Amino acid sequence: MKRFLRVRTVAGLFCQMLLPLFGCVLLAMGGWARAQDAVRIGALYPLSGPVAKSGEDTLNAIRLAVDVINGKYPDSSLPFAKSGGLPNLKGAKIELIAADHQGSPEIGAAEADRMITEQKVVALIGTFHSSVASTVSQVAERNEIPFITGESEATPLTERGYKWIFRTTPSSLSQARDFFVFLRDVNSKRDQKIKTIAIVHENTLWGQEFGTSMESYAKEFPEFTIVANIGYQQGTTDVTSEVQRLISLKPDVVAHASYDAEAILFAKTYKQYNFAPQGILAIGAAFSSSAFRNALKDDANYFLVREHWALDLANKNPLIAEVAKIYQERYNKAMDGTPARAFQAMMTLADAINRAGSTKPEAIQKALQQTDIPASALIMPWEGIKFDAKGQNTKARGIFVQTIGGKTVTVWPFELAQSHLVWPKPAK
Amino acid sequence: MTPELLIQLLVSGLGMGFIFALIAIGLALIYGVVGVINFAHGEFLMVSMYATYLGFSVGGLDPLVTLPFVAIGMFGFGMVVYYVLMRRVLGAALHAQIFATFGLMVFMQAAAQFVFGADYFSIDHSLLSGALHLGSITLPLPQMAAGVGALLCSAALYVFVFRTGPGRALRAVSQDRVAALTMGIDADRMNALAWGLASACVGVAGSLLSNFYYVFPRVGAIFVLVAYVAVALGGFGSISGALLAGVIMGILQVLSGFFLESSLKLVPVYLLYLVVVLIRPKGLLGRQ
Repeated sequence: MKRFLRVRTVAGLFCQMLLPLFGCVLLAMGGWARAQDAVRIGALYPLSGPVAKSGEDTLNAIRLAVDVINGKYPDSSLPFAKSGGLPNLKGAKIELIAADHQGSPEIGAAEADRMITEQKVVALIGTFHSSVASTVSQVAERNEIPFITGESEATPLTERGYKWIFRTTPSSLSQARDFFVFLRDVNSKRDQKIKTIAIVHENTLWGQEFGTSMESYAKEFPEFTIVANIGYQQGTTDVTSEVQRLISLKPDVVAHASYDAEAILFAKTYKQYNFAPQGILAIGAAFSSSAFRNALKDDANYFLVREHWALDLANKNPLIAEVAKIYQERYNKAMDGTPARAFQAMMTLADAINRAGSTKPEAIQKALQQTDIPASALIMPWEGIKFDAKGQNTKARGIFVQTIGGKTVTVWPFELAQSHLVWPKPAK
Repeated sequence: MTPELLIQLLVSGLGMGFIFALIAIGLALIYGVVGVINFAHGEFLMVSMYATYLGFSVGGLDPLVTLPFVAIGMFGFGMVVYYVLMRRVLGAALHAQIFATFGLMVFMQAAAQFVFGADYFSIDHSLLSGALHLGSITLPLPQMAAGVGALLCSAALYVFVFRTGPGRALRAVSQDRVAALTMGIDADRMNALAWGLASACVGVAGSLLSNFYYVFPRVGAIFVLVAYVAVALGGFGSISGALLAGVIMGILQVLSGFFLESSLKLVPVYLLYLVVVLIRPKGLLGRQ
C-alpha cells in the first residue's frame, strides 16, 4: 500500500511539473495543442440484432464522411477534404464514437446519456430506427446537445417542438408530396393531362400514413382529384375486388404503398384484367425489387418508384461518383440510399460545427439553424439543406426511378434523369 | 353497377371459393376420420407449391404436368406423417395431438425458410397464363383452371367417399369408430388413408395455386386461416359442408371487397360464421 502511494506521488509530481512543460513545447509548435482537442461526435446505430447489417452499412458511410473531413482523401473535391479538419477550429479533427443501440429505444437513450456525460460528445448522429431516434432526441433535448438524423423518417420526430433535433432526410409525410410534384411536372413538361389518382395502400401504419398524407397534400395541388383510397389487408389471398374497383373508377394514375408480396399480386392481377392506367407509382422499393423483377420478368417494366437516391445519379454529379467509388472500395459493397443520406447528415453536422467555430452546443445549434447548403455541394438529389423551425430540412426531395428493360434508372427530376421517362405506361 | 361487373365478381369469387374449399375439405376429412385438427395443413400446401415451382424452374415442367405427381407425392407424404408422427399421439392427451401438428407446422415453415430463404417465387408463362375475354367479362385462365380443377377434385373425392368400399369404410370410422372396428374395418389404415387423401387435396390445390400465386415459407398460413373458418362454417368433419362454405366465403369476400372497404372484406365472412355458430352451432351441414 505504502509503496503504491509512493508510486502515485511520483507520478503526480511528474504530471504537475513536466506536463505544463510539454504543453509549452507543443504550443510553441504552433496551434498544435488546439488540434489535439478532437471534436467528439457520438453515432448511435443498430450494430447487432436483425438489422445489424444495415446499421453497419449506414455507420460505415458516417465513418467515411469523418475520414473525408479529417483529410484522409486529399484528392477529393468534397468539403473539408483538402484542408483536413475543420478550418474554423484551427484544423481540429473529428473523432467518431460509435455505440450499438441494438434497435432498442431504451438502450439507445442509455447510450446517448453515457456518450454525453462520460465521453463529452458535442453532438449526436443516428439512429436508423425512428423509435430509437425518438428516445435519443429526448436525451439530447434534456442535455441540450444537438442531434442530427439523416435517415430516421417518422414524421412525429420533428413535430414535438424540440429545439435540438435536426433532420436532413425527408420525413415520411413529405415523401407523398413528391408524387404530386412529379405528376405536375409530367403534365407541364411532357404535355400530359393527368387528373385522377387512386391510392392503393396496405393497411398497417406505413401504408395508412401514406394514404392520409396523399389526401392531405391533394389540397395543395388542386388540378388532381383523388378518386379512391383503397386500404387492403396485408397478406390477402386475392385482390380481384380491389382491381375491379379500380377498373370501374378508371384513374389516370395509381399510387401504391405495398410490400413485396402484394406488389407482385397487384401487378399480376392488373395484367390479367388489362387494367392499364397511364402510370403506376409506388413508395418503397417493392415495385423495383429483385423479387418483383424475378416474379414478373418483362411485366416488371415501367413501374415508377419514389426513391431517396440512386447510384446512377453519379453520372450527373461528380461528388456522388467519388463517394460511391470510395465506399465501394472500402466496404466492398455498392452504396445505397440510406448510407448516402447518413453521409450527407454527417457532412451537414461538420459544416455547422465549422461555421460555429466552437464546440459549444449552443453555438452548434445556432449554426445548424442557419444552415444553407446549396445543391451543388450535396451527394443527395436535393435542392439544398435548410432547416425550418422544427428542424426539418425543407429542401429535401425524392427521385423517381423506372424499370426500363429490366434495369432501374432515374427518370425524375428531369434535370437528373439518366433515361427518358416512359409515359404513359405501355399497355401490353 | 352493370350486370357484367356482377358476373365478373361472382366468377372471380367462385374460382377463389373452390380453392378455399379444396383446402378446407382436406382439413374436414382429417378431422372427421381421425378426430384431430391438422395445424400443419397450410404447410402441406406450401410444400406442394414449392414442389410445383421446383418442377417448373428446374425441370421445366408445367404445373399441369406436375399436378398428378405432386398429388401422389403428397398422398405419400400425408401417410408418412400419419405413421411416423400422428399415430404415436393419437391415444394421448388432446394437447399432445395439438402440439404434434403445431410443432410440425413450425418445423416445416422454418425448414422452408432455411432451404429456400424468405424470397417470393412465382411461375411465369405457364400453359395456363393469360385470360379469356367474353364481352366485357375477363376470365383469367389460371384462376378459372384452379376453380375447375378444385371442383373436379372435390367431385372425385366425393364419389370416392360416398360410392366406393374404402370410402364407405372411411365414413364408417368417422361416424362410429367402435362400431366400425367391430365390423372388421382397420381404423388405423383408414386414418392413414384420410391423411393421405387430405394431403393429396392440398397437393392439387397447391399445384393449381402456383399458376397465379407466389410461394414463400409462410404462404400456407394465409390460405389455411380461411380454410379453418370454412371447416367450422360448413360443419366440422363434413366434406360437403366444407365445399359449400368455401364457395360461399370466396364469393362473399369478393363482393364485400368491392362494395365495402377493401380492408374489411373478410368481416362479412367472419360475421356470417358468427351468425351460423350462434344459430346452428354444428355448422351449415354438420351432424350430431
